Amino acid sequence: MELLLDILFNGVAIGSVLLVAALGLAIVFGLMGVINLAHGELMMVGAYTTYVTQLVFKLPLLKPYYNSYLIISIFLAFIVSGVVGIILEKTIIRKLYGSPLETLLATWGVSLILQQFVRSVPLAYGAGLIISLVLALFIPTLFPLKIKDSINVKYYNLSAWIISAFSGVLTASWISSSISRLSRPDSRNVDVTAPAWMRGQIEILGTNFPKTRLIIILITLISVIAITLFLNQSAWGLRIRAVTQNRQMSDCLGISTEKVDILTFGIGSGLAGVAGVAVSLLGSVGPNVGGNYIVGCFMVVVLGGVGNLLGTIIASFGIGIMTDLIGAGRLLTIWPQMPLPLATTIDFFATTSMARVMIFTLIVIFLQFKPTGLFPQKGRMVEN
Amino acid sequence: MENLLEIKSLNTYYGESHILRDVDLNVKSGEMVCLIGRNGVGKTTLLKSLIGLLKQKKGDIYLIGKNINRKAPHQRARQGMAYVPQGREIIPYLSVEENLMLGMESLPGGLSKNRKIDPFIYDLFPILKDFLQRKGGDLSGGQQQQLAIARALLGKPKLLLLDEPTEGIQPNIVLDIENAINQIIRDTGIGVLLVEQHLHFVRQAHRYYAMQRGGIVASGNTSELSQAVIDKFLSV
Repeated sequence: MELLLDILFNGVAIGSVLLVAALGLAIVFGLMGVINLAHGELMMVGAYTTYVTQLVFKLPLLKPYYNSYLIISIFLAFIVSGVVGIILEKTIIRKLYGSPLETLLATWGVSLILQQFVRSVPLAYGAGLIISLVLALFIPTLFPLKIKDSINVKYYNLSAWIISAFSGVLTASWISSSISRLSRPDSRNVDVTAPAWMRGQIEILGTNFPKTRLIIILITLISVIAITLFLNQSAWGLRIRAVTQNRQMSDCLGISTEKVDILTFGIGSGLAGVAGVAVSLLGSVGPNVGGNYIVGCFMVVVLGGVGNLLGTIIASFGIGIMTDLIGAGRLLTIWPQMPLPLATTIDFFATTSMARVMIFTLIVIFLQFKPTGLFPQKGRMVEN
Repeated sequence: MENLLEIKSLNTYYGESHILRDVDLNVKSGEMVCLIGRNGVGKTTLLKSLIGLLKQKKGDIYLIGKNINRKAPHQRARQGMAYVPQGREIIPYLSVEENLMLGMESLPGGLSKNRKIDPFIYDLFPILKDFLQRKGGDLSGGQQQQLAIARALLGKPKLLLLDEPTEGIQPNIVLDIENAINQIIRDTGIGVLLVEQHLHFVRQAHRYYAMQRGGIVASGNTSELSQAVIDKFLSV
């Protein structure tokens, strides 16, 4: 019983990291069909956002609220990664819809740029840049259209950009003057420390569960519920589903496909940012943190059946539980008297990296037989 | 009476090939205008240029007196143009209800402010009411056609573009569709531009334009549609 609970909890914990990381990709790749290799770097951006938020909350002004920095950083990471994603869509990916190979190359290039960016640019400047981009994108939507009509739009946009750039520079100089660690470029890995209330363990039914793992499961759960509700209940969700299935006809029905693309990509990227927060709790944050997850994310989405959120959920928990079963050598614990050759084989794969090798091999073999994944699209329309 | 739709010397290309050559055409409110011609003369291309899926190289399109040359399809839809394409183009993995709701996106305020389906479409096409929760892509061809027309009507368009609504559909549903369109023209006074091969349906239109090699070669009232014209332009 205890063993079963252990396997289940560890499996779900591993699975929920995978899931929260793959959720954004399930939208960007699954729904929009964009192969975004920079998805891992959007996660990295989210993780660095957590790090910067943590340091800002250590300043005397915000010190009393230090315990809540993680919750705020989830929202900040969503916005920051979302805005980076929106800019990526507006400048690069929009030009490449319908040509997957070019998208793949271009986004790979972007991922390298982003990695080098965090290595060689002080994070304070990065934060300033992000602040100006966020303001520049959001100021024009703040004012009602009437004001826009009454003054010249050119001057209006120009002044919005000037204000945003100015506040960006101010933020950058404020952060770099008050937090010396952020004022120099730093290519080493950094650490995010969880606030005190999140450290330690909780005991349930005689088993100890680390609190950080539980928090990650909670973050995942909330993200999944929120995104499902958004896609299935809201007007924008309906528009997104329509455009992803038939772009031209949706356009003819009166849906602004451009806005839908931006929104979809922004949400997918924002979810990558939330995943970055979760990842930052598990280990140190570095420029390569995204690369560790991107392959797993694509595996989850493909295994679950592209374009199917439920499939993504089941696939990630499946992979999580399998990883725990193989990686921790649980089969030996369950069945100690197994024949020696089998036992040595299982023992051979009982490390984290070898378990990954095993899982990916199994997935590749599985996809040979079911290339469309666990839950392929069904119905009359598939046959046409 | 002012023209609802007016096209002046429209020229459209598919890549290098010149499809539409100097097309002039107009549609008035409350009028059904039929476009006839054999396969490949550019009827579908004309409708696609009107809704904005294809950009014209030369010529002007006016909707209710406003030039819409540079508008994107969704802007044209919001100005009162609804399009029922050949092949229906139902959104396959959305339910029938959601497909119908998408029709209301072109109303003022869009989907966010209009989420209640006007029941008049169930009077026109009673079958839709039984299938509300079914996936659009799982319906038969005839049902999809009815859904596509209902979806277009829910946007309260001023001009309805119909591309071969009776193609490959069983005769009794063809009659339903004809009746529904006639009724909607009588009740709301919208204009309809129809591409059609089915002679019975063509006869119900007020006026016709006949196309050949991308240009309009004959036009007039359908009551004067002679057997010679029919033999020449309708592939039977």
